[in-house]
Amino acid sequence: MHTLAQKIIARAAGRETVQPGEIVTCRVDLAMSHDSSGPRRVAPMLDSLGAKVWDPDRYVIVTDHYVPAEDKDSQQILRFTRDWVRDAGIRHFHDEEGICHVVLPERGHVRPGMLIVGGDSHSSTGGAFGAYMFGIGATEMLGVLVTGEIWLKVPGTILIEWMGRFPDGVSAKDAMLFLCGKLGMDGGQYQAVEFAGEAVAALEMQERMTLANMAAELGAQAGLVAPDATTRAWLHAAGAADGPDADWHTDPGAPLLAHHAFHASALAPQVAAPHSPANAGPVEGASGQEIDTAYIGACTGAKLADLRMAARILRGRRVAAGKRLLVAPASLRDQQAAQSEGTLHALADAGAQILPIGCGACAGYGQFRFADGERVISSTARNFKGRMGADSSQVWLASPYTVAASAVAGRITDPRPLLEESR
Amino acid sequence: MSARVWKFGDGVDTDVMAPGQYMKLPIAELAMHCLEAVRPDFAGGVCEGDILVAGRNFGIGSSREQAPQALKALGIRAVLAQSFGGIFYRNALNLGLMALVCPDIGGIPDGAAIAVDPVAGRILLPQQGLTLPCEPIPGFLMAMVEDGGLLPHLKKQLAQQQKDKEKTE
Repeated sequence: MHTLAQKIIARAAGRETVQPGEIVTCRVDLAMSHDSSGPRRVAPMLDSLGAKVWDPDRYVIVTDHYVPAEDKDSQQILRFTRDWVRDAGIRHFHDEEGICHVVLPERGHVRPGMLIVGGDSHSSTGGAFGAYMFGIGATEMLGVLVTGEIWLKVPGTILIEWMGRFPDGVSAKDAMLFLCGKLGMDGGQYQAVEFAGEAVAALEMQERMTLANMAAELGAQAGLVAPDATTRAWLHAAGAADGPDADWHTDPGAPLLAHHAFHASALAPQVAAPHSPANAGPVEGASGQEIDTAYIGACTGAKLADLRMAARILRGRRVAAGKRLLVAPASLRDQQAAQSEGTLHALADAGAQILPIGCGACAGYGQFRFADGERVISSTARNFKGRMGADSSQVWLASPYTVAASAVAGRITDPRPLLEESR
Repeated sequence: MSARVWKFGDGVDTDVMAPGQYMKLPIAELAMHCLEAVRPDFAGGVCEGDILVAGRNFGIGSSREQAPQALKALGIRAVLAQSFGGIFYRNALNLGLMALVCPDIGGIPDGAAIAVDPVAGRILLPQQGLTLPCEPIPGFLMAMVEDGGLLPHLKKQLAQQQKDKEKTE
């Protein structure tokens, strides 16, 4: 009896089984980098070793951090990335097509049972598809690119079960903020967190991606959801080839590090106060807090599913006078889908500014940084001090429903009465 | 040994060590902004060989290795913490920066003189007359740290492979 994480790692390590705590060397099925941690950082190191990428078909590059290029340095970083990709013979290059964590599965690169490393902490997002995917730094990526291998300590599994169903107006983001508040940002102990239960089974893929994405905020190495019919249908639509052939799930009775069970139906929308996702609690606690800006962006907060949540609130309403709502869609495909179905129009009609796709304000790199003392409610993953702007700016985290509702009210607001009214 | 303690609390994240807006800069310039949001006197005051001591979950957040790189560029030789963010821990060792898990940091005052023995897993505070245990770094990783990090370690390995190949030919 083994966990999903153990099964994937055993396969990648070429072993029948592995046990938690063992240190093993794994073959890497796929590596992913973006423009910040990728070529500009690894290329000089590869050169100094006189080495080449072990398998250019297995290294996917995405530009998303310095996009759009706001200054000369950013332009140079993107230019360097493009030139290097061409010279190194990298076949899978997604240039300004969206945020890496969203683009990777959208283009069929992530499949169940794979072991994948990414040059970004939110690489755990791939776990939504039953892949063991985790973030590493540029030097460790160099090691992978030279050898095609990586060591890891076989993790224990912390099973998080959501029983019942999430109520309307409560989303995967609320579930993750709740868990950050409950378990803390080291609750994941750099182990594998696996999400299960009726409520998770009922979630669409992009909502599952939000769960796996924010496993990083729990301090887990990976966040996993066992693949099922929903996963297979999504991958089929994305044109993904079949993954390694096996039944990827945690066996009943497999030894777990911990098992937490929560009632999804009892969960209220959550808000995390500055400056930590662990400062989370029910929306009532922050209700009435005045905001200046509402921000819908990032891999964990501006996918098509997230834009649709915001549009449900904003249809027929307006952003409060004197406040601003910024929306940076997570990928080109999601933006186009939102455009053709009218979702984007609903956001713009309500007074939202639609920003270019990419990481936007989330990583604090570009031109959309927040001012001294600016109060922001954001659908992103982290509200660390100074991350998205001035050290004195304040960021509250919430679901796209709650961010949109707060934009309408001009203060932090429970989205559920607005959804009720819209019905 | 003139190493001095720079003490921090729980949950120090990588964004405050390597702020996003300075990520385009060369590491020496980025390092001047390291931890300024939580301790403005840090980057200007650190001396070569100093030791950073922190609470739980040091280095939570981004995978950007400019965070441990900035500490190293400023001269920090080792980080002692009750626990680490997993990616930061791996990054630190890959860059040749010692990261030591030290469960009991309560008695270590800011500014204290300190000596670290990573192989024995021991921390010495002569002024306080304290000896504290720390978890040693696993052997295969310590070998990499002693080589100065993964890049020089790989260089050494590749050179060895080349030598072995020449011998057999």
